[in-house]
Amino acid sequence: MINSTGESKSKLIGRRMFIISAAKAVVVFGILGRLISLQINESKKYKTLSDKNRFREWKFSPPRGTINDYYGRQIASNKQVYQLHIIPENSENIETLLFRLKNILNLTDKKIFKIRRKITSQKPWDPVIISDNLTWSEFSRINLFLHELQGAEPIVSVARLYTEPSSAHVIGYVSKASKKDLQNKEYLKDKITTSTRVGKTGLESKLDNQVLGDVGYKRYEVNAYGKRIKEISIDPGKAGKNFKTTLDQEVQDLASNLLKDKSGSVCVMDIYKGDIVAMVSSPVFDPNQFVHGINNENWNKLIKHRDKPLINKSIAGLYPPGSTIKSLAVISALENDVFNPKTVIQCNGSIELYGEKFHCWKKKGHGFMDMREGLKQSCDVYFYEVARKLGIDRLSETAKKFGLGEKVLDGFIEERTGVVPNTSWKKKFIGKNWYLGETLHAGIGQGYWQSSPMQLCLMTAQIANGGYKIKPRIILNDEESKKFSDLNQFIEDRKLFADDVVSLYDFISKFKYKSLFRNPENIKFVIDALYGATNEPGGTSYGSRITKKGFIFAGKTGTSQVKRFTARQRELEIKNEDLPYEDRDHALFVAFAPYKDPRYAISVVIEHGGSGSKSAAPIAKKIIKKVLDRHPLRESQANGEIT
Amino acid sequence: MFKQGSIQSHLSVRDKLFAMDFVLLSCIIFLGLISFFAMYSTDGGEFAYHTKSHIVRFFVFFLLFFVVSFFKISFWYSTSIPIYIGILILLILVKYFGLTSSGSQRWLDLYFLNLQPSELMKIGLILFLANYYHRISSGDVNRIGFLFKPLVALIIPFILVVTQPDLGTAFLIGVGGFIVIWLAGVKMKYFTYFGLILVSLTPIAISFLKPYQKSRILTFLDPSRDPLGAGYQITQSKIAIGSGGFFGKGFLNGSQSYLDYLPEKHTDFIFTLFSEEFGFFGSSIVLALYVVMTMRIVSIGNMVRDTFSKLYCYSFATAFFIYVAVNMCMVLGLIPIVGAPLPILSYGGSSMMAMMLGLGIAMSCKIHKDQSIN
Repeated sequence: MINSTGESKSKLIGRRMFIISAAKAVVVFGILGRLISLQINESKKYKTLSDKNRFREWKFSPPRGTINDYYGRQIASNKQVYQLHIIPENSENIETLLFRLKNILNLTDKKIFKIRRKITSQKPWDPVIISDNLTWSEFSRINLFLHELQGAEPIVSVARLYTEPSSAHVIGYVSKASKKDLQNKEYLKDKITTSTRVGKTGLESKLDNQVLGDVGYKRYEVNAYGKRIKEISIDPGKAGKNFKTTLDQEVQDLASNLLKDKSGSVCVMDIYKGDIVAMVSSPVFDPNQFVHGINNENWNKLIKHRDKPLINKSIAGLYPPGSTIKSLAVISALENDVFNPKTVIQCNGSIELYGEKFHCWKKKGHGFMDMREGLKQSCDVYFYEVARKLGIDRLSETAKKFGLGEKVLDGFIEERTGVVPNTSWKKKFIGKNWYLGETLHAGIGQGYWQSSPMQLCLMTAQIANGGYKIKPRIILNDEESKKFSDLNQFIEDRKLFADDVVSLYDFISKFKYKSLFRNPENIKFVIDALYGATNEPGGTSYGSRITKKGFIFAGKTGTSQVKRFTARQRELEIKNEDLPYEDRDHALFVAFAPYKDPRYAISVVIEHGGSGSKSAAPIAKKIIKKVLDRHPLRESQANGEIT
Repeated sequence: MFKQGSIQSHLSVRDKLFAMDFVLLSCIIFLGLISFFAMYSTDGGEFAYHTKSHIVRFFVFFLLFFVVSFFKISFWYSTSIPIYIGILILLILVKYFGLTSSGSQRWLDLYFLNLQPSELMKIGLILFLANYYHRISSGDVNRIGFLFKPLVALIIPFILVVTQPDLGTAFLIGVGGFIVIWLAGVKMKYFTYFGLILVSLTPIAISFLKPYQKSRILTFLDPSRDPLGAGYQITQSKIAIGSGGFFGKGFLNGSQSYLDYLPEKHTDFIFTLFSEEFGFFGSSIVLALYVVMTMRIVSIGNMVRDTFSKLYCYSFATAFFIYVAVNMCMVLGLIPIVGAPLPILSYGGSSMMAMMLGLGIAMSCKIHKDQSIN
């Protein structure tokens, strides 16, 4: 059988098989090499990749930090909310479930349509929120029928709650994050989850980063399709920081009540610490509406309202300061040595300059006035003369020094800077040269001036404290509060050096206060004149004075024109009340209290309220009384807080 | 010679048992055991459908292996052409009566088993060609006229399988056939010519296609692959193997397969699953088992004297090795994904049947090595 052909065949086959075997060896070593490289050399890398596959994290927001008033009363807090989620995958028949829910919760067809669209747009195991704010009765009804609602998940969660409508503006509100929020707010990147509500205005916006806290994580093992297999770990996150403010909610409530049915603002400030005791804007709105999404009807009501309830008028409302600027005009004139306070001017009700007539508010005129009387009785003619001599640029410089034309608070996105006019400002923004007539208007706070009630309050505070620069604050922190531990010492010591300017400066430099004056006498002069304005007959706010010891205050009225009176209206002696609402003057009043050893400054603005003495000063009087009543309590709280 | 033959032709069952290659036998049993554990793991640690049916199949076809190996090698020699033709007929039947799954028509419904004739053709073609080259003289091997028949015998099943479509199996059938032709001594130049013709035809074929057609054809050739985008399977497979590390994640702890990141884990990617759970340690053992099996079959080829047995053993050993290598290279990301099961380990009755048949015939060569086939 075995022949030569067979032999040679076998040999050939054997030779070729040898080649193949060599090739096989190469392949085996190739595979082995690859196994070594994957499982030994790069094993760490692939382990990480495998874990990345395996684990997925779900973020959730911890409760927002609360915002409280000075005494710990909650202004913005959290409440339990009842929510209903459904997980489509868990329900046997989604249509039946929706039908049942529709009946139980009285859902509209439109809502059902939206839910259905949501269900189809996402994975069947991702929850769909049917409602994020159920009433208790709805929630209990759901729970009653739960056994026949497969796939429905009633959930108890927390949401923002605003209990104090009077603080609506200062606190602001939260709402769903908009695209713009996500773009502009860097911090949201780490903090946003599907349920996160973002601060939109006020303190909610200013403190958003901190009250949001750090998101928690639920770590799940997921399969290739993203379905959660089991929970691996939970990181509860960090609850948002709670904040204590300088606000006194009782004063807030009173101010808000006094402003009821009016449009306006009240600001109260500690003149040494800069603590904002009250900041109220009227009319108020209900910030709770925004938490779960405001409906169209309510939204339209808010934005079409004549009195613009969404605007925080204390910092975003701008008004010509009117006669309240006169205190600064006096300080500026005295500091610049352009006017002798003894100068007497006769007021006949108006003066004429280059053919233009400038009227005093008192048609008959005030007669002979010196500077103190001029400020006390708010004689316009006197201040036309002061302004003429002073010039707009020097007046604007003083105004800026005392805080007009710049933001008072930090981090309030809605705050506006206003306008402190001068020659270069006009050139830049209006493109025209300044003329003298405008200086006269500026001297009585009309014309281009635009300032917020908070700026006027700061201005008054910095006059009342003797001319020292303060930095207003609304958030309390212990670090800053410690700085004020020697405040009473400062006030006492300052009196000792009051007459010795050189020693006074020396003394002040030891404290954190920076003086705004050249000569403290000039500030004293204004304080004294303002005392006259409220507490002496003929003073513009005499009618609103308090005579009780320790409650005596001093203030300056102001009336800011919305529209210039025409000559014809003046002739007809048309009263402010007879004008259409929109044309009526704004009423302003700024004051500090108590007159002796003052501690608080206040500004009240009533939009279209007429004259400051009639509508703003009486409100200020009531608030001052309340603030002073509560002063001892506040002091003890402050002392308690420091120790 | 006659004496020798007559003695050998009366081997008892006991003789045959003792004449078996025990190393090869143990390797098969060991791989079988490994496959049970791997299958149990793909079922998520439950004694479920895949595990049960895999174990049943293993034992049924293991029995087949014994039966096949006890048949004289002369029987396999004389039936190799009918076997080839029978499988060819089955392949043609598939065209008309085959079951379609994931867009390709590969299976015949035999009630107890969905038979995939293309898997059997892997063995059938080797048998046919080994028989052919046994019969012709070595002088005829390189004559053009004698090249024609083997080429046709190779191309017909190749085309039948490619159009199922099943590129992977067709490729493995073709490679098996060429190995026999090569081992039989066909000159290198013919392979070069054939290769050149293929290479020169490819660009012409491709140039007629628009890009979207090309991608369509690729999808057409194997629609069940890569549903999540190119490279997904390979990436996940590499992650699974790499994350196994040296000793693996432990039995039933392969997160990649347990969480469904691993595609086709019962079949083509069974090695990945095993590798993830038993690491480099386990993978090298499996690789070693396959290498040892290949070497044993080659050594059987060295023992036997007739051309048919020699050609068969060498070719089957090589083809077997290539099935293993292609599957492993594929899951290791060394070559593109083609459907190629891992012998014995992968789930699949026809593949198991074909491998046991192939191994059985190799074992028959060993048992009957001293018998004449004519």
